[in-house]
Amino acid sequence: MNVIPPRTAAVWCPDWPVTTVRLGSDVADTDVPVAVLVGNHVLACSHSARAAGVRRGQRRREAQSRCPELVVLPRNEAAEARAFEPVVAALESIAPGVEITRPGLAAIGMRGPTRYFGGETGVLHALSRAIGELPILRGTDGAGALIGVADGGFAAEQAARRGLVVEPGESARFLADLPVETLGLPELADLLGRLGLRTLGAFAALPARDVLARFGPSGAWAHRQAGGRDDRPVAGRRPPVEFAVELDLEPPVDRVDAVAFSARGIAEQFVTDLAAHGLACTCLELQASSENGEETVRRWRHAGVLSTTDVLDRVRWQLEGWLSGQGRGRPTAGVARLRLVPVEVVPTGAHQQALWGGSGEGDERARRALARVQTLLGHGSVLTPVLDGGRDPHQRTKLVPWGDEPAPTRSPQQPWPGQLPAPAPSVLLDPPRPAQVLDDAGRPVVVTERGTVPRPPVRFGLGTERPVAITSWAGPWPVDERWWNPEAARHVVRCQLVDVRGRAYLVSGTMTTDGAGGATGTWQVEAVYD
Amino acid sequence: MLDVAIRKPTGEVAVDLGRRGAPPLPVDPALSAILPHGLRRGSTVAVSGSVSLLLALLGTASADGAWCALVGFPHISAEAAGEYGIELSRLAVVPALGQHQQNWTTAVGALVDAVDIVAARPPARLAPGEIRRLAARARTRDAVLIPFLPRHGAGHGTAPDWPNADVRLSAAPGPWTGIGSGHGRLRARRVEVTATGRGQAARPRSAELWLPTAAGGVASAEPLAPVIPLVS
Repeated sequence: MNVIPPRTAAVWCPDWPVTTVRLGSDVADTDVPVAVLVGNHVLACSHSARAAGVRRGQRRREAQSRCPELVVLPRNEAAEARAFEPVVAALESIAPGVEITRPGLAAIGMRGPTRYFGGETGVLHALSRAIGELPILRGTDGAGALIGVADGGFAAEQAARRGLVVEPGESARFLADLPVETLGLPELADLLGRLGLRTLGAFAALPARDVLARFGPSGAWAHRQAGGRDDRPVAGRRPPVEFAVELDLEPPVDRVDAVAFSARGIAEQFVTDLAAHGLACTCLELQASSENGEETVRRWRHAGVLSTTDVLDRVRWQLEGWLSGQGRGRPTAGVARLRLVPVEVVPTGAHQQALWGGSGEGDERARRALARVQTLLGHGSVLTPVLDGGRDPHQRTKLVPWGDEPAPTRSPQQPWPGQLPAPAPSVLLDPPRPAQVLDDAGRPVVVTERGTVPRPPVRFGLGTERPVAITSWAGPWPVDERWWNPEAARHVVRCQLVDVRGRAYLVSGTMTTDGAGGATGTWQVEAVYD
Repeated sequence: MLDVAIRKPTGEVAVDLGRRGAPPLPVDPALSAILPHGLRRGSTVAVSGSVSLLLALLGTASADGAWCALVGFPHISAEAAGEYGIELSRLAVVPALGQHQQNWTTAVGALVDAVDIVAARPPARLAPGEIRRLAARARTRDAVLIPFLPRHGAGHGTAPDWPNADVRLSAAPGPWTGIGSGHGRLRARRVEVTATGRGQAARPRSAELWLPTAAGGVASAEPLAPVIPLVS
């Protein structure tokens, strides 16, 4: 039996990892060759880098030898997914149920929209209009996108990579000439190559039963793809919808406690429905819309499994933040509809809270309250400090938004020669504030290149305030960091000062020489020992 | 009052069942001279004069499992907090809330509901009613509220005050040791901390502390030897 796979349209944004890391970095110029590396191998590279001979899968050193001016950046998968969200939203405006294969490649089923737009051409017009308006894809520095249509997801992806529309029923012939490497399974492609099968057509010509016997299920799946027979429907990106519950509020309610009271029933239904299937929810998406159509959607992750009370708490927190209008987008009417969607579920019994210690009740209570404060004040308002690696007191403190993983950027356990010994200053000034560190003649103190202080500091003033006498001081300690990189290099001297009021400061100074050979110092306060 | 208690063989009371409320939060032994009962839950302890004193106050309780929150302190050093024993994974920092008094009260109120110790720098003007409400909320939720007041004369404009605090701790920073003119480094500082307050804390107590000590942290300092005049 020959099943024709469903018509599928794929949208492919070439070099998506490069586009997104470029957004986050200062390498905005598209002529600069850029490569994104994972585990010392090139994952993606820009067009200019490809022109210079850089290829996917190369080692860093090989890529750099082919293109010495190559800018190498690490991959940021979260940013890729985030930046792809507008593209997905644009596709969703054409048809619901967008399948994201990976950030940079998405597919939609063509059957519904073809009927709606009156033919494939109409859909393609609508698609190109929708994604053509996105700023990230438009313009000379935009990523650009290609659209392909074919039967089945794999053929559509290959068509999109070439910007083709493959006629219905022609997909197998279209795929037949492509090399086996297209399947994206290097081990299989290597093996097939040694068997003398170099094109997808040759692979697809093998009997399906023999392929299954020799290569197992994954090989059989590749075989179906190669033959243009992947009749898997386009999977929408929505999680199991049958567990989602909805509540219509008639008339709309604008008080949080009233909504929470009405939501008790659906919260219970939500939890018991899942429990009846042996599941428990660990991440929940809560959607609420007002009578006038404004929406709030938020995902709530929980350290354990969500009980009815937990679900209601989250309803209350989210709506409190929304209705009280601390953030933007305060609704103009009462809440008319509430919807709970499970985003992540685990089998019941897979998650057990610690009996003693660990995530105890008090910890859980505190975590919830902090999540709630964050709802009120917005993401990034509640932070948690992490000890980070570095030489400066600033570098050693890193503030991470509550809920993100508190991981240091650099290891604080490394020796970091040149860091300040204990005790650490208690208050950091970020950014450092300018200060006056003056010698007995009232001029800024100068530290010579040999690290001596010809005229010691005598008076100190923070900002523009009146300088006061210094009772004791220590230093200067030169800090000469990253001298091999002219842009990141930093050459300063640090001193500790105690003024006549008994306050101790950590100051850093930058020495500049003028043309006549005279030197002057610019000083700033980095931290206070309060 | 009903005398129900679990006693140790020595007769010392281990758990006093007659007293209501949760046991107080522990403080560093060096601070027990001025806070002999620890940080009583539900109380308000105003701290002024030194951020180090605030961190020292939180340290032992945080290491013991309490959750702490710092509101309105934009740049506390994680390193210094760690030196005082604060467990950073149980510390939340709400750096800036703008000048909106309402935001401040909402955030502090929400934190008091769940976090054991909330240290906050009050905004310039705070209505007395708000202060009373927050103190009452801390009392019912068994949390410790620590308003941090700037040093007298250091602020610009109207310096905020926190009337009706149960205990007031103020630090008078003293001399630093280890630093000369052009040599040495900052090692330790002597600080005189005075506690005044109401009820149990009505009698003023004071202690000489090393704040910080040479390794970071807090320790009690022996009193300096009295100055003996050479010529009478």
